[in-house]
Amino acid sequence: MPSGMYFTIVLLPLLVATIVGLFGNRLGDKASMWITSGGVLVSMLLSLVGFMEIAVYGKPAIEATLYEWIASGALSVSFGIYIDKLTVLMLVLVTVVSSMVHVYSIGYMADDPSKPRFFSYLSLFTFMMLALVTAPNLVQLFLGWEGVGLASYLLIGFWHHKESANAASIKAFLVNRVADIGLILAMLVAFAVFGSVAFGDIFASAQSVAGQSMNFLGMNVPVLELFALLLLFGAMGKSAQIGLHTWLPDAMEGPTPVSALIHAATMVTAGVFLLARMSPVFELTEIALMVVAWVGALTAIFAAIIGLTQTDIKRVIAYSTCSQLGYMFFACGVSAYSAAMFHLFAHGFFKALLFLSAGSVIHALHHEQNLFKMGGVRHLLPITYGLMWIGSLALAGIPPFAGFFSKDFILESAFMSGTQTGYSLYIIGTIAAFLTAFYSFRVLFLAFHGTFNGDKETFDNAHESPFIMTVPMMVLAVGAIAAGMLGLPMMDTAWWNGSIVIFENIHVGVVEAHNSPLLIKLLPLIVAIAGISLAWLMYIKRRGLADKMTKALDILYSLSFNKFYFDEIYEAIIVAPIRSFSKFLWQKGDVEIIDRFGPDGVAELTRRISVTIRPLQTGYVYHYAFVIILGMLALITWLMV
Amino acid sequence: MQDVGLTHFLILAATLFSIGVVGIFINRKNIILVLMCIELMLLSVNINFVAFSTFAGDIAGQIFSFFILTVAAAEVSIGLAIVTVLFRNRGSIEIEQSNLMKG
Amino acid sequence: MFPDLMFYVFASVMLIAALGVVTAKNPIFSVLFLILTFLNCSGLFILMGAEFLGLMLVLVYVGAIAVMFLFVLMTIDIDFAMLKEGYASYMPVGVLTGVVLLVELILAVKSGLFSSDHLITQTAMPIPTDTQNITAIGQVLFTDYLAPFQLAGMVLLVAMIGAIVLTFRRREGVKRQNITEQVLRTRKEAVELKKVKSGQGLV
Repeated sequence: MPSGMYFTIVLLPLLVATIVGLFGNRLGDKASMWITSGGVLVSMLLSLVGFMEIAVYGKPAIEATLYEWIASGALSVSFGIYIDKLTVLMLVLVTVVSSMVHVYSIGYMADDPSKPRFFSYLSLFTFMMLALVTAPNLVQLFLGWEGVGLASYLLIGFWHHKESANAASIKAFLVNRVADIGLILAMLVAFAVFGSVAFGDIFASAQSVAGQSMNFLGMNVPVLELFALLLLFGAMGKSAQIGLHTWLPDAMEGPTPVSALIHAATMVTAGVFLLARMSPVFELTEIALMVVAWVGALTAIFAAIIGLTQTDIKRVIAYSTCSQLGYMFFACGVSAYSAAMFHLFAHGFFKALLFLSAGSVIHALHHEQNLFKMGGVRHLLPITYGLMWIGSLALAGIPPFAGFFSKDFILESAFMSGTQTGYSLYIIGTIAAFLTAFYSFRVLFLAFHGTFNGDKETFDNAHESPFIMTVPMMVLAVGAIAAGMLGLPMMDTAWWNGSIVIFENIHVGVVEAHNSPLLIKLLPLIVAIAGISLAWLMYIKRRGLADKMTKALDILYSLSFNKFYFDEIYEAIIVAPIRSFSKFLWQKGDVEIIDRFGPDGVAELTRRISVTIRPLQTGYVYHYAFVIILGMLALITWLMV
Repeated sequence: MQDVGLTHFLILAATLFSIGVVGIFINRKNIILVLMCIELMLLSVNINFVAFSTFAGDIAGQIFSFFILTVAAAEVSIGLAIVTVLFRNRGSIEIEQSNLMKG
Repeated sequence: MFPDLMFYVFASVMLIAALGVVTAKNPIFSVLFLILTFLNCSGLFILMGAEFLGLMLVLVYVGAIAVMFLFVLMTIDIDFAMLKEGYASYMPVGVLTGVVLLVELILAVKSGLFSSDHLITQTAMPIPTDTQNITAIGQVLFTDYLAPFQLAGMVLLVAMIGAIVLTFRRREGVKRQNITEQVLRTRKEAVELKKVKSGQGLV
């Protein structure tokens, strides 16, 4: 298959985004929606063809250049594609979820006045994400990286009349910008060390620079560790890992389809994709891998704890995304990149499904997002209810749904890596699995069971979503069921055909995962069932229990409910000082020094000089003539001297 | 008394030019006299041209003098036309009253 | 020796006349002094061998320009004495400037920059020795300087048109000749035949 098809996959969404973005108002809502959805659907079909080519029939990787993008001295960056198994996997995930979200949005955004804008942003996002995953070098990856950030910013703030949405979009942009510094520095390190930013060159010479070190911030650090840690820092922001996660829950201010596409299935997984793509580098490091593992594990458990107590249905799912991303990170940390990608793939489907189901509920209840104002709607929304079950079971890790296979694979790999870290990670991961099962079913039970707690009018008007919304959800549900079983070959490192590199003689976990003890294999399943049972007990069987537990564990509850005070701490130690420093710079530095002696001072000086010399312009011709003669005299004098 | 040469003519022209300048200064009220003084200054320039032409043996100087003559004629005709219009409209030809050039 | 003497005569008369132009109480005298200046200058030109220019000076300046000055002075009715007011107060600054200028110019001339050994004698257009001055000028003016010559003509044309446009005005209440109307008249509307009986008038 020629590379043209892959370029079409990538560029078609850009084309439709441009058309609809520029001419959307003239094309009308209907045309805009179908042009963008159609473009992305074609992209999806081509991606599936590509998946068959590369992943199923095992054709070799394709590398092609569209044009030379930057040529400056020794730096040469091309805009092109690099298609291997890793890429086609992402291509399928991105295009399938994106096209389903496009179609779903036709129903979800039916009442919105600015549909062309929304759909053009969605398609733009899709293009940027595809450019990211097909990038043959770090710079194009960075373009996509920033592009998805931009699209995310635009879509979170899509309802720009809501102040909270604007604040959330700015927050997401700024937090991501902090992390992007890591990626930019990583690019610089790559250019300094490898003399190139192309993946091929970096991987080829990674082994040879393994022993070297370089000066960074006055310290002598091993280059590969530095490179890997900077990449990790970049990935942490995009993938909302602990410390840089605060933007993700707030990003739920955006429309729900956006949350499903960007903040569950695709953009937030870019960090994991980056780690997997860079596996040849990470495999040569020790400290960096360890840090990756711990960052991931802490995120997994910590986000899960917060997820227990949130009342906003979308925030619970957002924290669950955060937690699952943590799983993927620690899988990378124990060198189980294949497990991370497997989980990423499966998670993309069921999390998008969960978001869309939540969106369906929200849509039915007139944009009510508070879990405690829902309840008992399962008879009104039977399809959504059923799909939510599938999504929740997949998330909780119950066989045969997708989450079971991938999550178990991660935990087994961690356990079988045989190190102290591995065991700790296994335990943390298992606890997080328990919490995951609990909170996902808490959502399900609170939203669909019990009695309705909102106002009666809303309840009476609640209705099942139209087919245009339920059909995409069903497609994703099929993915959520099948991705696990279909993805089983991914567990074999050889399947990846070199797109992921694992030093299996050192990092044995991923190879030995099948041979883990039965108890280890079953424990995640057992705790998941326990979590579901506890949720059933607390929210269906004995509804008072939840309140009692809240009172008993008051401190823990408020810690969790207030998200470990991350926002407050950041506000106090980072935002507030910066704000007051900025205010100082503005009022003292800018207004009193720069403005005073700069523009204002110059203006005032000019004015004063003008007033002084204004009488010179008398309007009498002979005065001017006199000045001419004086000038002539001066000229003669000057020439003679 | 030395032989009359280029220097004599140049000094003569310079003197004539200076007299023109002084004339402009002291007759600043009367625009017609100012025009006449300008004629004097142009004449001094003409003397210079012709003197250089003669003493350098180059005809071009006389040609330029000829062109200056043309310009002087044009200038005087326009200048006097302006004086006439000025007088017709304001009843005076005092330059001191015309400071419309002041912004 | 004779040309040198003539130079001094012409030069001194010319300078005195120029001073007269500047200082005369009556503008009419100024114009007459101006004419005197030009005449002397013309003499100087002829001394230098530029006969054509010398005569041109008399024709153009005396014949046209000076006469025009006189004409304008006499047509506009102005109290010229009033215009001389403040004459004394302008004098010091004017004379000072003039003297400084003169000193500087003389210093410049005397600096030796214009002494004969500095003069370039290899010239592009040497004055021919075998023809008259007017022939020599004609040979150059209508060949090498044809375009500037035409442009000079344009300058004069524009000046003429400009002067007409500036001074032209349409007076109200004055009978004017309308040539178009006059030419377009036919016999029919201009002439009427009447039979006049003897002993009776037409009215």
